Amino acid sequence: MNDMSPDRAERSEKLNGLGCSRKRVEDARFTQGKGNYVDDIKLDGMLSGDFVRSPYAHAKVVNISTEKALEVPGVLAVLTATDLEPLNLHWMPTLAGDKQMVLADGKVLFQGQEVAFVVATDRFAAADGVEAVDVEYEELPVLTDPFEALKSDIVLREDLEKGADGAHGPRKHHNHIFTWEAGDKDATEQVLSHSDVVAEEMVYYHRTHPCPLETCGCVASMDKVNGKLTLWGTFQAPHAIRTVVSLISGIEEHNIRIVSPDIGGGFGNKVGAYPGYVCSVVASIVTGKPVKWIEDRMDNLMATAFARDYWMQGKIAATKEGKITGLWCHTTADHGGFDACADPSKFPAGFMSICTGSYDIPTAYLAVDGVYTNKAPGGVAYRCSFRVTEAAYFVERMMEVLAIELNMDAAELRRINFIRKDQFPYQSALGWEYDSGDYHAAWDKALAAVDYAGLRREQAERIEAFKAGHTRKLLGIGLTHFTEIVGAGPVKNCDILGLGMFDSCEIRIHPTGSALARIGAISQGQGHATTFAQILASEIGLPAESITVEQGDTDTAPYGLGTYGSRSTPVSGAATALAGRKIRAKAQMIAAYLLEVHDDDVEFDVDRFVVKGAPERFKTMKEIAFAAYNQAVPGIEPGLEAVSYYDPPNMTYPFGAYICVMEIDVDTGEHDIRQFYALDDCGTRINPMIIEGQVHGGLTEALAIAMGQEIAYDDMGNVKTGTLMDFFLPTVCETPHYTTDYTTTPSPHHPIGAKGVGESPNVGGVPAFSNAVHDAFRAFGLRQSHMPHDQWRVWKIANDLGLHN
Amino acid sequence: MSKQQQYRIKVNGQEETITAEPRELLIYTLREHLNLTGPHIGCETSHCGACTVTMNRKSVKACTVFIAQADGAEITTIEGLGDPDVLHPLQEAFREHHGLQCGYCTPGMITRAARLLEENPDPTDEDIRFGMAGNLCRCTGYQNIVKSIKAAARTMNETREAAE
Repeated sequence: MNDMSPDRAERSEKLNGLGCSRKRVEDARFTQGKGNYVDDIKLDGMLSGDFVRSPYAHAKVVNISTEKALEVPGVLAVLTATDLEPLNLHWMPTLAGDKQMVLADGKVLFQGQEVAFVVATDRFAAADGVEAVDVEYEELPVLTDPFEALKSDIVLREDLEKGADGAHGPRKHHNHIFTWEAGDKDATEQVLSHSDVVAEEMVYYHRTHPCPLETCGCVASMDKVNGKLTLWGTFQAPHAIRTVVSLISGIEEHNIRIVSPDIGGGFGNKVGAYPGYVCSVVASIVTGKPVKWIEDRMDNLMATAFARDYWMQGKIAATKEGKITGLWCHTTADHGGFDACADPSKFPAGFMSICTGSYDIPTAYLAVDGVYTNKAPGGVAYRCSFRVTEAAYFVERMMEVLAIELNMDAAELRRINFIRKDQFPYQSALGWEYDSGDYHAAWDKALAAVDYAGLRREQAERIEAFKAGHTRKLLGIGLTHFTEIVGAGPVKNCDILGLGMFDSCEIRIHPTGSALARIGAISQGQGHATTFAQILASEIGLPAESITVEQGDTDTAPYGLGTYGSRSTPVSGAATALAGRKIRAKAQMIAAYLLEVHDDDVEFDVDRFVVKGAPERFKTMKEIAFAAYNQAVPGIEPGLEAVSYYDPPNMTYPFGAYICVMEIDVDTGEHDIRQFYALDDCGTRINPMIIEGQVHGGLTEALAIAMGQEIAYDDMGNVKTGTLMDFFLPTVCETPHYTTDYTTTPSPHHPIGAKGVGESPNVGGVPAFSNAVHDAFRAFGLRQSHMPHDQWRVWKIANDLGLHN
Repeated sequence: MSKQQQYRIKVNGQEETITAEPRELLIYTLREHLNLTGPHIGCETSHCGACTVTMNRKSVKACTVFIAQADGAEITTIEGLGDPDVLHPLQEAFREHHGLQCGYCTPGMITRAARLLEENPDPTDEDIRFGMAGNLCRCTGYQNIVKSIKAAARTMNETREAAE
C-alpha cells in the first residue's frame, strides 16, 4: 500500500524541474580543473600539427621547399596542397556552397591562410618545423574594400568559372558571390517616393571575431586495424561534421566517430569545418598515429571564422506623425577570400530579413550582395542566429535616425510602431511569421524601471550645463527593442549542406527510476546537462538529479544539427520534451495495468499516475520504471525508452527591451556605463539563474563589440588585431553591473513554450551601447558614426562636432 | 632545439624532477609532463589568465614562464586547491553563485582568486575587480564571479573567526 502522497507543490519542488534555479551539474568538474577539453586529450604516440601561414594577403605561391623542415629533429612530415591533391582534399566544400583551399593551391587569398601543415613529435618541434619551411611568394595587388572589389579588374578567384552562376544564382562581377533579395522592391520604392519623411543612412557593422577563450582544435586518430576514424574536436555541430568528413574523405559514415568533449566557449567560432581538421585527419592516415592540432590565439583571430562586416545602406519612410510606411536596405557583405559563412543553405545572408525588427512595417525590401576580398573567410553567427545581430543593429540605428529626422523622442517613435499584441501571429513584410509577443508591455516596464522621463530631464540639464561650461561629460540614453528569430529550423526551408535542421533526444529509463538522455545539441557552456534534465524532470516525473544528459558523441547521441543560433532549447529542447511525453504515454499504460483500470482512467500528476477521482490510488514513475523491466504487461514491450526527432513548425521569436545609460567624457572619449537594464522575454523560463548568466555574458560580448572589439586590416591586408593586446576583450574592470528583468510570453508552437535566450543579449546589447553613444551627441548634430566606439573614435566624434573648440 | 636539462619544482606539495629544454613553457610542463590539465592555454601572451597558477606565493601566467625560470619554485595549481571530498570555499562559491559557464577560464580564475584572498582576505567589490583584471572570461560578464569571490571571502573569514 502506498503512503499518503505529500502535497503536489512539495512533490513538484523535489523534481527540480522547469522554472527552478537548479545549480549546475557541470560545475563540480570545472571548478576542480577536471574538465576534459580537446587539448587535454592524450593518446599513445600522439603527434602535433602546426601550420605554415601566409604573411601576404594576396600572392602567388611560387614554390614551397620543405627539405630543411624535414631535417628538424622531431619533424615527421610536411603536407602541402600537392600532397593533398591526389586525395582530392586540397580544396573542401564550405557550408555556404563555395569551396575553400585546405592548403594554398598556387596562391593565397588572405593573411594567415594555411600554406603547409607540419607534423612533429610535439608542439615545439612542430613550431621549429614551421619556421624552417621556405615559401616563395609573388605578391599580388590587394583588395580589402568590398566596394572597390566589385569595381576592380583584379580577379581574386581564378578557380571560379567566368560567367557561371554561384551557389546562390548569377554573379555580377568576378569578385561578386551572390545577390539575395527579400520583400517587394517596386512597392517599397513607391512608398519611399510618396512618404512624408524618408531618413537615409549607411550603417556599418564592422568585422569582429567570436574569440572563445579556448581556440579551435582537434585530435584525429585513424585506426587502420578496424578502419575507424575518431575525431575529437571543438565542434558545435558534431553530427554535421561527421557527415562532412564522410563526404569529403570517402570514409563511410559508420566508420567515423566525432566527439565534442567539453568546449571552452563557441559563440559561432566552432560551427565551421577548418583546414586544421582535414590536415589532422590526413596526417593521421599518413603517419598511422593520432595527430593533434590546436590553434594558437593568433591563428584563431587571423584565420578562423570572423563575424559581421556588413555595410547596410538604409532608407526608412514614415508619416510626419512617425508611423513607419516602408523600409529599404541594401547590404554589401564582405565575405573574405572564400564564402565560408555558416548559414542555412537557402539563406546566404542568414536571417537578415528579420530587419523589420519589432515594428509593424507594411512594406519592405532587402537586397544583399556578397563580395570576395583579401580577408579571412567566415561570416559566422557570433552569438547570433545567422545575421540577426546585423539586422537588429540596422533597424535600431534606423529608428534613431528616423527619430532625429522627425525630431521625435526615440522611445515614443518605437512605441507607436510596435507590432501590437493582438497582431500575433504576425506576418512580416519580409516573409516571417512572428509567433508571439507583447512588446508594449515589455517597453513600458523597461521605461518605468529606469525612470525614462527622469533620465531625459537629467540629460537636458546636462546639455545646458555642458553648453554653459560647467561639465565636460555628456549623458547618453541608449534604447533598444529587439526581436530575434532563433531555433533554426523547419526542415522545409532550413538545412545545412542538405541536412534538415531538426534536432533530437533519446531517453532510456533505468529499472530503478533514473534516466539517461542523449541529445543532438552540444553545450559550450550553456549548461545543457543541467537544464535539459530539468525539462525532462517536469515531463517524466523523475528528479533532475536522477537524469544524466549526454551529448557530443556521434556514436551514441542521436543525429542533430548542434548548438548555435540559440537552437538548443527551441529544437533539441522540444525534442526532449516530446521524447519525455512518449515515455509518459507508455508509463500510463503500465500504470493502468498495475492499477487494474483502463488507460484513460489514470492521469499524470507531477511524479506519478493516479486513478482519476481516487488520488490515493497511484503508481509513482519510479514504480512504473521498475515494472517496465520486471512485469509482463500484455501487449506492451518490456523496457522504457523513447526517441524523438523534432522538426519545428516555425522559428521562435524572443524579444527584449534594453536601456543603457552612459556618461561620455568629451575630451578623452572615455565612457562610463552608469546603468544597464535588460528585460528579456524568452518565453517559458527553464532555469532563471542560467538565463541571467547568459544575459550577463551576452551583454559583455556586446559591450566588447560596440565599444572596441574589431578585426582590422590595413590597406595591404595585414591583420592589425591578431593578439589579445590589440583585440579587445573586456576585463572585469571595464564591465559594468547589469540589472536583468523579464516578461514571459510563451511560444505557442513550442512544446513547453520556450524560445531560447543565449544570443538575445548580444543582439540587443550592441545597439543599446551604440545608441547610447549616438544619443549623447544627438543634441550636437550626430546622426551616424561607425562602431567600435573606442576612445579614439568617440573623441573624434566630439572633435568633428566642434566640441573641443 | 637546445639541450635538455633537469629542473626541480614542487607542485601541489609534491617534488618533481623535470627533464626538458630550458625554453619549455611552465604551462606545458604542468599539462604535458605532470598531467595537470586544470590550467588551460588561452592566448600564450599573458593576457587571458586561463593558465594562472601560484608560483612562490605569487600569481603567474604559466604560459609565459620558462621551466628554467621555475627551477626550484613552489607551485600550486587548481588541482592543489581542494579535493572532491573537501572543496575549497571558492570552488563551492563559484558553483553556488553561477560564477562559471564553459569552465575554461575557471581554474585560472579560482587559482587567482585564492591568491587574492590570501593577499586581501576582506576585499571590496572594487578590490576584487582590480585584483581579477588579469583573468578574462568570455561567458559570464564577471558579475557572478565577483559575487562568488565575495561569498567565498565571507565563508573563509567566518571559518577563520570560528577557529580563533
